Amino acid sequence: MTILLRLLTFVRRYWWLLLLAFICMMASTAFVLIIPLLISRSIDTVLGDGQTRDLIWLAIAVVAAGALRGLSAFGNSYLSEVVSQRTAYDIRNALYDKLQRLSFAFHDQAQTGELMSRGTSDVEAIRMFFGRGLLGLLQIGILFIAISIILVRLNWPLALLTMGFLAAVGWRAVVVARLLRPIWLHIQQLMAKLGTILEENLTGVRTVRSFAHEQEESRKFSHQAEVLYDKHMLATRKRAFNISLMVFLVTIPIALILWYGGREVIAGNLTLGELTQFVFYLTMMSMPVRRLGFITNIVTRTISGGQRILEILDTESAVKEKPGAIELDGVNAAVSFENVTFSYDSTAPVLKNVTFSVQQGELVALVGSLGSGKSTIAHLIPRFYDVSGGRITIDGIDVRDVTLDSLRRNVGIVQQDTFLFSATIRDNIAYGAVDADMEQVVAAAKAAQLHDFVASLSAGYETWVGERGVTLSGGQKQRLAIARTLLINPRILIMDDSTSSVDAGTEHLIRRALGELIKGRTTFIITHRLPIIRNADLILVLEEGEVVERGTHNDLMARDGLYRQIYESQLSVADISGEEGPEANDNQVM
Amino acid sequence: MSAHHGSGQHGGGQLPSTFDADKVMGNVYDSAVVRRLIKYLGPVRSDLGLGAAGMVMRSVSTVALPLLVGIAFERILSAVQTGDLSGLNTIVLIVLGVIVLGWGGRYLEELFLGYVGQKILYRVRTQMFDHLQRLSLRFFDQNKVGRIMSRVQNDVQQIQELLASGMLNVVFSALTLVAIAVVMLVMNTHLALLTLTVVPALAAVTFIWQRYARQAFIKVRRAIATVNAQLQEGIAGVRVTQSLTREEINSEQFDNVNREHYSANVRAARLQAVMWPMVEILTALGTALVIYFGGRQVLAGEMTAGILVAFMLYVRRFFEPVLELAMEYVEIQRAMASGARIIELLDVEPEIADAPQAIELQAPAKEIKFRGVSFGYTPGLEVLQDIALTVDPGETVAIVGRTGAGKSSLANLITRFYEVNSGEVTVDGYNVNSVTQQSLRRQIGVVTQDPFLFSGSIEDNIRYGRLEASREEVIEAAKKSHAHDFIVRLQRGYDTQVGERGENLSAGQRQLVCLARAILANPPILVLDEATSNVDTNAERLMQKSLRRLMKGRTCLIIAHRLSTVTHADRIVVLEQGRIVETGTHRELLARKGLYHQMFGALSAPDLSL
Repeated sequence: MTILLRLLTFVRRYWWLLLLAFICMMASTAFVLIIPLLISRSIDTVLGDGQTRDLIWLAIAVVAAGALRGLSAFGNSYLSEVVSQRTAYDIRNALYDKLQRLSFAFHDQAQTGELMSRGTSDVEAIRMFFGRGLLGLLQIGILFIAISIILVRLNWPLALLTMGFLAAVGWRAVVVARLLRPIWLHIQQLMAKLGTILEENLTGVRTVRSFAHEQEESRKFSHQAEVLYDKHMLATRKRAFNISLMVFLVTIPIALILWYGGREVIAGNLTLGELTQFVFYLTMMSMPVRRLGFITNIVTRTISGGQRILEILDTESAVKEKPGAIELDGVNAAVSFENVTFSYDSTAPVLKNVTFSVQQGELVALVGSLGSGKSTIAHLIPRFYDVSGGRITIDGIDVRDVTLDSLRRNVGIVQQDTFLFSATIRDNIAYGAVDADMEQVVAAAKAAQLHDFVASLSAGYETWVGERGVTLSGGQKQRLAIARTLLINPRILIMDDSTSSVDAGTEHLIRRALGELIKGRTTFIITHRLPIIRNADLILVLEEGEVVERGTHNDLMARDGLYRQIYESQLSVADISGEEGPEANDNQVM
Repeated sequence: MSAHHGSGQHGGGQLPSTFDADKVMGNVYDSAVVRRLIKYLGPVRSDLGLGAAGMVMRSVSTVALPLLVGIAFERILSAVQTGDLSGLNTIVLIVLGVIVLGWGGRYLEELFLGYVGQKILYRVRTQMFDHLQRLSLRFFDQNKVGRIMSRVQNDVQQIQELLASGMLNVVFSALTLVAIAVVMLVMNTHLALLTLTVVPALAAVTFIWQRYARQAFIKVRRAIATVNAQLQEGIAGVRVTQSLTREEINSEQFDNVNREHYSANVRAARLQAVMWPMVEILTALGTALVIYFGGRQVLAGEMTAGILVAFMLYVRRFFEPVLELAMEYVEIQRAMASGARIIELLDVEPEIADAPQAIELQAPAKEIKFRGVSFGYTPGLEVLQDIALTVDPGETVAIVGRTGAGKSSLANLITRFYEVNSGEVTVDGYNVNSVTQQSLRRQIGVVTQDPFLFSGSIEDNIRYGRLEASREEVIEAAKKSHAHDFIVRLQRGYDTQVGERGENLSAGQRQLVCLARAILANPPILVLDEATSNVDTNAERLMQKSLRRLMKGRTCLIIAHRLSTVTHADRIVVLEQGRIVETGTHRELLARKGLYHQMFGALSAPDLSL
C-alpha cells in the first residue's frame, strides 16, 4: 500500500487531468445507465396506450444518451491514458537519469537485462495501473452500486439474486486470476530458460559443432520445449475451465430473471419494461465483472514493479560530489596515491597500502596477473569508486574535493571492453565532445591510427556501428575508444589494455601512435605488450593488491623477481617490428 | 513480399532486418506463406475440429439467446392473460440449455484451440532449432544471434496465434454476423432491413479507423523500440558515459525519445478513444431505429413486444464481431510477415552437409594433410593460398603468424567448419568431405581462446565432452586438467552453477574447465588456439602443464603465441598472408633469420633460452 501511495506522487502533478478523467468516467457511467431505463420506458410505452410521439422522443433520447456516453467515454479513456503515459514518461526519465548517475559499484552488481526489465515491464505495469486499473476499478464499483440501487428499487428479491450472483462471479474471477498467476510466472521462467538454451546454442555454436553435439542440443532444446509445453497445456486446461465457467456463471442469471421475473410480471409486481432493465443491466455488468481478475493482477504487478523501481530511485550513488567541490583546472597532472586501500564491498581488500607518485608527462605501466588490482588503480583515478582508505591526489588536490565533471574531463580512460553505441563512427568518436567539428574528429582518429580504416569504408565516418551496424574487430574498436578519449584531450590518460591482446595489427599501430598519444600527458597503461612496457618511465608490478616491484624494465629484469617471471610466461610476443599486418583481415568475418 | 523470401536462400544467406517497420505487417493473404503454414494444421486436425465445434456451439448460443429472451417475453405476456406458466417454464429450460451449450462450446474452444496453439508452437520451435543445428558456421557469422532468436521466439508466437484461433475467429465472427442478420430478417424483414443499415456503417467506420490505428500502432512500436534501445545503451554504456561526462546530454537525448514515445502513445490513445463515440452513437442509432419503427409496429399490432426486445439485444451484438474482424485483420498481417520470416529461415540450405555416401571416420584418426588448399570467407578474397602441410601421427605442429595470416582458418578447415575453395584436407587419407561431420569432429578436440561454458553445473560442462561419462571419469578429467583443485574449493564443488547467471569463475578457471572437457572427450587429434588473454599466473602455469599432458600421444596443431609453446613443438609453420613461408624447428627457423626470427628472435636472447 505504501508503494501505491508513493507511486501516486508521480501522478500528483497531473491531478487535474485525473480529476477530469474521473468526471468523464462518472458522466459516462451515468449515461450508460440511462439507456436501459429508456429502453424499458419504450417497452412499457408500446405495451400501454402509448403514442408514436412518445416513441420519437425516446428514440431521440437514446441517441442523445448514446452520443453523450460516447463522448464522455472518449474523455475518460483518452485522459486517463494521457495521465498514465505522462506518468510512465516521468518514471522512465527519472529511472534513466538515476541509472546514468549511479556509480560503477552499483552497475557491477546489476545485470543489464534485469535493469531493462525494470525500465520496460515494470514501468508498463505501473502505466496500466494508472491507465485502466485505478479508474477501471472505481468504475466497476460505481457501476455495481448504481445498478444494485436501481434494481433493488424495482424488485429487491430479483435484484439481490442477480447482483449477488454477479458479486460471487467477480470474487471468483479474482480468485482464478490469483490461481493462474503463479502458473504464468512459472511459464515465463520456463520461456526464459528455453531462450537461454537457444542463445547459448547460438553463441556457443563452435563448441557445439566441435563436439558434434548437435543432436544432443536438439534433444536438450526439445526436452525443455516439452516441459514448457506441458506447463502451457496445464495453463490452457485451467484457463479453459475457468473462463468458460465464468462466462456460464455470468449468463445464468438470465434464466433466473426470466423464470422468477416472469412470474413477478404475471403477478403484476413488475412491468415487462422493468424486466428488460434486468436483462440489459446484467449484460452491461458481465464484462466488467470478468475483468476484475485482470485488474487485480495489474494491482499486484504494480506493487511488485513499483517496489523494484523505487528501489533504484532510492539508491544513493556511492560516489557523490562534495558540497562546494572545486573545479579542477590548469592541471599539471602529477598523480599520487598515498596509502590507498580499496575493497569492492566488505570483502578482502583489492588494494592494500598502495603508494606511488607520478610526475607530469610520465608513462606508467601497470603489470600483474588478473585480479592483482591493476584495473582498480585505473578506476580510482577518475573516481569511479572511492578509496576505502588513504587518498589520491592530482597536483596535490584530493580527487574527492573536485567536481566529478572537471575531474573526468581531465582524466581520459580507455577501458578494457570497448562499448560502441548504435550510431555513426563519427558520433561514437565525438561521444564525449559532441560539439567537436569534423576536423577534430578526423585528427583524433588519425592520432589513434583509425583514420585509414574509416576512410576505406564506403560511408566513411558516417558508417553505422554498434548493435545493428557494421561489426568492427577488437582492434578497431579499441582504436575507436582511443580516438574517443583523445578528443576530450585529457591531461591524464589511462589505457586499460589488459584483456585485448589478440590483435597484433593494433598493437603495432598503437605503438606507432603511442609517442604522439602520450605527449604532454601523464599516461597509465595496463598492458602485457612488451614494447610498450620497455618504454615506460615507471613499471608498477602488482600482486594481490600490493605493489611488489617498481622500476624500469631493465631494473626489474635485473632483479629476477615476479616481473621477470611474468615476462617469461605471459608477455605477448605477437608483435613484429615489420610493416603492419593486412588490415582487411581484421574483420574477415563480418 | 515474395521478393524477400524468394532470394538469398543459398548457403550463408543473410536474413534481412526484422527491425524494418514495413516488415512488421505483411499482406493479409500471402499464398506462399499460407500454403506452407497450413501443413502444420494436419497433425492437429482433431483438436482443431473439436475447437471449431466449440466455436459453432458458442456462436449458436450467442445468436439464439436474444431470440429466446424475446420469445420468453411473449410467453410472459400471454401468461399475463391466461395465467398458464408452462410456456414460460419451457422457454426458461431452453434458455438454460442454450446457456449450457454456450458454456460447453466456450470450454471446447478455449481448450482445444489452446492445445492447437501449443502443439504448433512446440513443433515449429523444435523444427527451427533442429534446422539451426544443421546450418553452417558461415550462416552464424553473417546473422546476429539476436535476430535469429527473435525468429525462433517472437515470430513463432505470432503465427501460433494466427493458426490456433485467428483464422477460425475470422470465419466465426463473419458467420455470427450473418446468422444474426438472418434471424432478424426472418423475425421481421422490414425492421431488420432498417436496423441492419447500421452494420455497414459500423464496418466502414471500424475498418477506416483500423487503418489509422495500425499506423499509430506501428509508430508506437517503433517508438518503444527506440526507447528501449536507448535505455539498454544507457545502461550497457554507462561506464563510457561517466568517464566522458556525458550524462546530461544522454538524459536530454533520452528525454527526446521518451517524449516521442509519449506523443506516439497519446496519438494512439486518441484514436483508440475515438472508437467509443462512434460505436456508442451507431449502437444508439440502431436502438433508436428499433424503438421508433419497431415500437410503431407493436403499437399497430404488427409485431410483438418480445421481438422488439430481441431486436434491441441484437443491435448490441453487432459491434463485437465487427471489432473482432478488424483486430484479426491487423493480427493476420503481422502473422503473415512472421510466417514469411520463419519460412525464410527454414529454407536456408546448410552449406555444408554430409555427402550421400559419407562414411564414418574410424577412430583413432591420426594424420592430417592439406593438399593445395585455398580458402576464403568471402568470394575473391583468399585467406589461405595453396597450403600443403602434413601433420604426422603424434606430431605437434605449431602455427605462427600475424593476425590475419590465416592461422585460425587453417584450424577451421580441419573440422570442416568451412569448405575449401580448392585442394583438399584429408584425415587419415580420407577427404573431410567424404566422411560424416559427426565422426570427423568426434576425432578432433578443439580448444579455443575464449572458453565457452553453458549454463549448468561444472560437472555438466565437463561432461559435455563425453555425455555418457560417469562422475568418476569427470573428476578424473578435471584432475588431469588441474581444474579439480579449484573446483573442490568452491562451496558447491562440481555442482556449482556456471554460465549466464553464475559468472563466478575467472577466465583462467573457465579455461581449465574447458580443458577438462577436451580431456574427457579424449580425441586423437587436437586443434588448439592458444589463449593469449591474461589469466592469472597460477592458472597459466597449471594450464601449460595440463596442455602438455593433453598433447602427449596425440596429433596436435597449435596456433601459438608464446615462446614456450613454439619451443616445445616438433615443427613450426610460419604463415604469412595465407601462405606457408617457413617451416622447421625453433632453432632452424631462428638460424634462417627470416620472419620467424623477427617475431621470436628478440625473446630468445641467451639469458632466456629454454
